[in-house]
Amino acid sequence: MDMVGQSPPTLKSGHGNKRSPEIKQIIMESSSITHFFIHKTLRLGLTLALVSMLAFTLVSLSPIDPVTAYIGMDRMQISPEQESKIIARWGLDKAPLERFFIWCKNVAQGDLGVSMIFNEPVTEVISKRFLTSLNLMALAWFVSGILGFILGVLAGMRHNSLLDRGIRLYAYIMASTPSFWMGMVLLSIFSVSLGWTPICGAYPPGTIDTDATLWQRFHHLLLPAATLSLVGVAQIALHTREKMIDAMNSDYALFAASQGESRTGIAIHHALRNVALPAITLQFASLGELFGGSILAEQVFSYPGLGKATVEAGIRGDVPLLLGITLFSAVFVFCGNAIADLLYSTFDPRIKQNCEEQHLC
Amino acid sequence: MLAKAASCPLAKRHFLFVFPALDNRKKAWFACLFCAGFFVALFLSAKLLGNSGLDVDFLHRKLPPSLSYPFGTDWLGRDMLTRTVHGLCKSLSIGLLAAACSSIISICFGVMAATMGPRIERLVGMLIDIIMATPHLVLLILVSFACGGGAQGVIIAIAVSHWPRLARIIRAEILQLRHADFILVAKKLGKPPGWIAVHHILPHLLPQFIVGLILMFPHAILHSAGLTFLGFGLTPHDPSLGILLSESMRHLSTGYWWLAILPGISLVFTVKLFDILGNNLRTLFEPRTTQE
Repeated sequence: MDMVGQSPPTLKSGHGNKRSPEIKQIIMESSSITHFFIHKTLRLGLTLALVSMLAFTLVSLSPIDPVTAYIGMDRMQISPEQESKIIARWGLDKAPLERFFIWCKNVAQGDLGVSMIFNEPVTEVISKRFLTSLNLMALAWFVSGILGFILGVLAGMRHNSLLDRGIRLYAYIMASTPSFWMGMVLLSIFSVSLGWTPICGAYPPGTIDTDATLWQRFHHLLLPAATLSLVGVAQIALHTREKMIDAMNSDYALFAASQGESRTGIAIHHALRNVALPAITLQFASLGELFGGSILAEQVFSYPGLGKATVEAGIRGDVPLLLGITLFSAVFVFCGNAIADLLYSTFDPRIKQNCEEQHLC
Repeated sequence: MLAKAASCPLAKRHFLFVFPALDNRKKAWFACLFCAGFFVALFLSAKLLGNSGLDVDFLHRKLPPSLSYPFGTDWLGRDMLTRTVHGLCKSLSIGLLAAACSSIISICFGVMAATMGPRIERLVGMLIDIIMATPHLVLLILVSFACGGGAQGVIIAIAVSHWPRLARIIRAEILQLRHADFILVAKKLGKPPGWIAVHHILPHLLPQFIVGLILMFPHAILHSAGLTFLGFGLTPHDPSLGILLSESMRHLSTGYWWLAILPGISLVFTVKLFDILGNNLRTLFEPRTTQE
């Protein structure tokens, strides 16, 4: 999660440094899309292996005793036999390394264990919770992407105009704004003072998940999604603005202008296409930040999604769930980056041409 | 410089004729001074205020912002301004400490990646990949869970998760410098590597490092606030701004907006100042923009 936006130039160079050699390397190694997928799958496997090693080491280091965390206040009331039973049931009597291998074997078979706090299989908890979060994340992702793109294009089209300054100021302030605080501000304005939106949850209290109507769900979704979008707009707007300024100062824009094309015409017919791809790519590459943002937003609005589950797992010491969510979030981030890479290597004619020139394709 | 600009007719016609005389460099200096002044004032006021407004005072509970209580009072009658100043200092010191630790890690890995051959470089690259593989906040939660919470958990979590960007910058800078003409000439002249490192590489690296460090502060402060807001780390006895905000979360739905809004604005303001400080220092230090 990135609550503070990086300044555009460093961001650009960071991506440039990292991505283009990697893409070239991928293209060098593979001639077609299947090779790309094979490469990415191997890469995903390696990443997951490393992440699970790291995550398992971290949770084993924790001084938080899972039994105490699970039982809480009633710790004094259970007998040693009961305690040893719980320990044996969770397999905590074995050495960490042994536990890791058992866990790995189970994960390979698709079994992530049983969540202690929800008393359900971790895979089920994650899939159920993720579906709830997906609504939130998808809405925020689309709104922030589209809004940020439009703002960026407008700002870049009229460089240094009043509109540009306004948008830049907004984006720079948003870059330093913690998303949870933004959520609290929206909550106190729209839910508490105006009473337009519900205060918390994903559906009205008293009803269950399946009973809630589409409108009710959307109503509960509005503020958390607005929180994530308002903050998420900043990065994409600044990035698009930089690209748009470059495009408006390019030779093809000058040529179009000399043919009598208006500023707006250049922007729509020539610059827009060149700016769209980096923006979409960035939006995919920032899925990790979206995930982090949703953890905070869900905490503010008590939205029963994956983010809330992550926090609960961390605070109440639910190790299997925490590990499962870590793996899941790694897959999530990886998919975002892979799609971004794929978009670049398929749709950017320069990268294609580049590799044709080098006789690599 | 001032006199020259004042004699210029264009400048005189301007409403505030002093300002056009300020070139970018001077403006950057003023911005830096202002930021530094603000931070000094913040810590001084925390010292001066002491614990005066923190006593429980049931006569003045839940007062909205007024002249005598600019930030209002909370549900125990404590002055929110005092609490905010203390909380900001706490959050800042945690953020600064964490960012400093993180920058030490990044300088080690950056230098190692640039100088110790391709194998080490790949290893550092892999470490960076692991750190970037999960969303930042998930990693922060994991590490603070591993440390069992507490301030040290927050500091360690931020230190181990924020170094990749600066490490990359340092590595790229060293790689670029190694093939710079003046370094090659110095080598040909027979200067020892240590001399080159101190006289030629360090002066280029240091500004990059300082600016990178300062630009790391906002991330570190915001992440530490986020992590404490979620309930990892600090206890309510030792309130940082994240704790303050998560406490006020409970009173938000009953209409006590000032408990959250004003401390939050001061956090945004402070973080923004670090951003401004870093960017202006970059303008001052970087050879390409320093003459503008």
